[in-house]
Amino acid sequence: MLSFVLRRIGVMALTAIALTFIVFYLTNLPPNLEKLAKSEGSVRMADDAVASWLERNGHTGPMLVRYGQWLGVVPGWTREEDGVTTGRCIPRGTDPATAPRYCGILQGQWGYSTVFKAPVVTMLGRSLGHTAWLMLAVMLVMVPSALALGVLSGMREGSRLDRVLSTFAIATTATPEYVSGVVFVALFASATAGISPLLAEWGLISGKTLFQGTATSAMEDITFWNFALPVMTIALYGIGYIARMTRASMTEVMTAQYIRTARLKGASFRQVVVRHALRNALIAPFTVIMLQFPWLLNGVVIVETLFNYKGFGWTLVQAAGNNDIDMLLACSVVAVFVVLVTQLISDIGYVFLNPRIRLA
Amino acid sequence: MTNWDPSKPILEIENLSISFFTRLREIPAVMDFSCTVMAGEAMGLVGESGCGKSTVALAVMRDLGKNGRITAGRILFKGRDLVTMSDEELRQIRGSEIAMIYQEPMASLNPAMKIGAQLAEVPMIHQGMGRDEAWKLARQIVADVRLPDPDRIINAYPHQLSGGQQQRIVIAMALMSKPALLILDEPTTALDVTVEAGIVDLVKDLGEKYGTSMLFISHNLGLVMDVCDRLCVMYSGEAVETGAVTEVFDTMRHPYTQALFRSIPLPGADKNSRPLISIPGNFPLPHERPQGCNFGPRCDYFQKGRCDAAEIAMSGVPGGDRHASRCLKWAEIDWSAPPKARVSKEKVPVGEIVLKMDDLKKYYSVSGSAFGGGSRKVVKANETLSFEAREGETLAIVGESGCGKSTFAKVLMGLETATSGQIMLFDENVQSTPIQKRNTDTVSKVQMVFQNPFDTLNPSMNVGRQIIRALEIFRYGGSDAERHARMLELLDLVKLPRAFAERMPRQLSGGQKQRVGIARAFAGGAKVVVADEPVSALDVSVQAAVTDLLMDIQRENRTTLLFISHDLSIVRYLSDRVMVMYLGHVVEMGTTDQVFSPPYHPYTEALLSAVPIADTHVERKRIVLEGDIPSAMNPPPGCPFQTRCRWKSQVPGGLCEREVPPVQVLEGGHQIKCHLDREVLARMEPVIKIAAE
Repeated sequence: MLSFVLRRIGVMALTAIALTFIVFYLTNLPPNLEKLAKSEGSVRMADDAVASWLERNGHTGPMLVRYGQWLGVVPGWTREEDGVTTGRCIPRGTDPATAPRYCGILQGQWGYSTVFKAPVVTMLGRSLGHTAWLMLAVMLVMVPSALALGVLSGMREGSRLDRVLSTFAIATTATPEYVSGVVFVALFASATAGISPLLAEWGLISGKTLFQGTATSAMEDITFWNFALPVMTIALYGIGYIARMTRASMTEVMTAQYIRTARLKGASFRQVVVRHALRNALIAPFTVIMLQFPWLLNGVVIVETLFNYKGFGWTLVQAAGNNDIDMLLACSVVAVFVVLVTQLISDIGYVFLNPRIRLA
Repeated sequence: MTNWDPSKPILEIENLSISFFTRLREIPAVMDFSCTVMAGEAMGLVGESGCGKSTVALAVMRDLGKNGRITAGRILFKGRDLVTMSDEELRQIRGSEIAMIYQEPMASLNPAMKIGAQLAEVPMIHQGMGRDEAWKLARQIVADVRLPDPDRIINAYPHQLSGGQQQRIVIAMALMSKPALLILDEPTTALDVTVEAGIVDLVKDLGEKYGTSMLFISHNLGLVMDVCDRLCVMYSGEAVETGAVTEVFDTMRHPYTQALFRSIPLPGADKNSRPLISIPGNFPLPHERPQGCNFGPRCDYFQKGRCDAAEIAMSGVPGGDRHASRCLKWAEIDWSAPPKARVSKEKVPVGEIVLKMDDLKKYYSVSGSAFGGGSRKVVKANETLSFEAREGETLAIVGESGCGKSTFAKVLMGLETATSGQIMLFDENVQSTPIQKRNTDTVSKVQMVFQNPFDTLNPSMNVGRQIIRALEIFRYGGSDAERHARMLELLDLVKLPRAFAERMPRQLSGGQKQRVGIARAFAGGAKVVVADEPVSALDVSVQAAVTDLLMDIQRENRTTLLFISHDLSIVRYLSDRVMVMYLGHVVEMGTTDQVFSPPYHPYTEALLSAVPIADTHVERKRIVLEGDIPSAMNPPPGCPFQTRCRWKSQVPGGLCEREVPPVQVLEGGHQIKCHLDREVLARMEPVIKIAAE
């Protein structure tokens, strides 16, 4: 067990290094850096001024060395000019002698966000906190309802219940978030369209809309009315997908011979489903659910932007749109980390669900 | 259940008809089936695959699935009609009054539930027993089915047990609430013979102990003779003959029963002087059954205008004990006449040595623990294998699963390379040459016929194309036309109509597919053919035809046949020499006569006694081996067989536990790997005795 986890962690570290290098390379291409110089210095900088700005701020030199500095395995750059020592690890106005030699993400120096004018760590921490709440709500809604739908439709394949639920599941997976999100807003959170004007007219709601079309207020205080729409938008797509997977696995299990054994033991249909089929049927969807975590990160990009919820996805969009290199790199590190950790958890969880599995 | 009279039958099936409904048509699976099982009686249902015997069993359980329906007849269980019962009533009977034991124990146990929980569930459902009490009962029943260490077993998961242990658990599950009727659907087909013998003994003992009636479904006539009091032979959805076992076996009154007995290798059959007689033709498909007698088109006694005129009803055979036959002519047929078609064939003289193995070893290394890593273990799949095979000879390799016989085939074919030792093939050492590096000539000379014809043909390529593909690989002929002509010749060789070249594998029956497999193996003029259980997936009547075909081709081409099998009856029938393997070791080797008569290696002795023989004249000594075959990953020290050997006490000083026995060479080159003295070996009695008629 331990050696398996250690090996997986080793592989994860390698993957993380490879992926962050790719992101680093792409964000540090010369045109990007030029844009950075112009936005930090002055828009009307001449070419040689740009070059000297980059030189002064340590953006020259081999790509690998710069990557190493960012990672924190190569000493940060320093330069002496007019008797003042500046460097990657020397914040302005501090004594160069006390500054550390290394200052990359390994040392916790994630850099400074140029868009938010704040350290990356604080910004990222805050936005991840927001996203964590969103994800938690989505998972709480999505997983139980998807499993319930899948099991209900899979236990009697081809029955009317199965067909109705399957149609629903297929319809929801076939609708991307940017469509369902807009539809939800129009339907429930618009003062001029959907059901809100009617409800307001009848005096059933005090405000102008039933739900709030923006989730900005949820950052302070989460309520049903400001959080339901973004959560449903993300969850609905996943519900359909996981439900389909669960259904497929459930129908397969229901035809297995040990289900016949249970039936011919005299167990009632309910006992057959709950005691015998369920655990076996949940093995396959478990991986799918774990795969949903990285996919949720991708889902939140659209939904957070749509509902103006300043979480991880929104921050990523802002960073990418504004050439915020440090922020972007930090976001990619987090994303890589989330993907790899969930996969590790899924592999280990598998062993506990399925006594036959042996990892090698 | 209280007002049931024990002298009345437990189960009475009257004129039962079952159909399966597909979108296209109604497919009748069972027609007009009747049988009666008295209290404490064991009834056998015998027939080839597709004859409807399992359908009858499922109908008794009323578990025919969505498509199956009982279209006529009654199934009376203790006087109550199961056909009209509600789901709730059925639920109370299932598991408590009628229990079932299935063919594949692994698949019938829930992989994610502990054994104890699966067992305890039965009394918890039916008697409302508490959890602790139910587990206690489970533990006791596990001990009852003679499993060692019941405390460990009830806390284990199914995959942690061996096949034989799993089947004992399934039996234990069926016995949890002491049912009145036990349905056994091919309970030992997936198991090895020595394990099978143990299970059969157990079932018989438990039947006597609890007075349970049994409905025993099997295709193995020998097994039915061992277990049952009465039997019912089924053919194509109908019962064709029913009666007491000895009566049906000795004085059969239906041509199908007779043909069936003539097609199975009983002691005394010989490939040269008394070859088996296969049943001509094929089993009719359910929707293509002939008018009148279903067996008519394949019957020797068929009379046009009489046998195919109308449906035939069962008629009683006077003088017998409820003996009945579904044949119009049974009174007219001379049942004692010898078969007409029996032609004796010449014996093939053996030639030069073509294959010689010397001290061959094949070890695998596997990782030990659950999450990988851990210490690596060595599996000794083949240990010091030495033998030679001559041209035109049939060498049988016999052993139970895990004995290393398939590994040996893989090494010979070049799919694996040997760890050490020599394989000389026509004076060429192929020991360490994997198949990719062997030249076409060598590859085409050594070919293989596989066990399962259903999986070894490409489903999307027609038969002719598959054979031509083999010819192309063997670089046969210069043009497509030449190869096509050769392909047609090969179809002739395996006695398939030439029109079959255009057919897809799915349109072929199992026996026909195996013929295609044989044609493919002989495409390049193979000199050595490894047949890995070539007939074990086929029905008995087809087995005879396929083995005969192999023999005929061998006679013509003077091929060396390495026949890998676990079925000793067929081995005795067709092989010249036999090699018995156990846990990677060759424990005994010699001519067929030497191996099948004393002195035996103790393992061979047990193996021989375990094989059920469908002949009432044969007397067989029962030697039931204790326990399972040890894992090859963790073999016992010393002699591999010492953990189960009943002769161990005859060897002084615990030698068996310390040293691997030497090979003793007895008279006529008969080799036995055993510590037993020659005198002790000489005192052994034959396991099988044929009583004087």
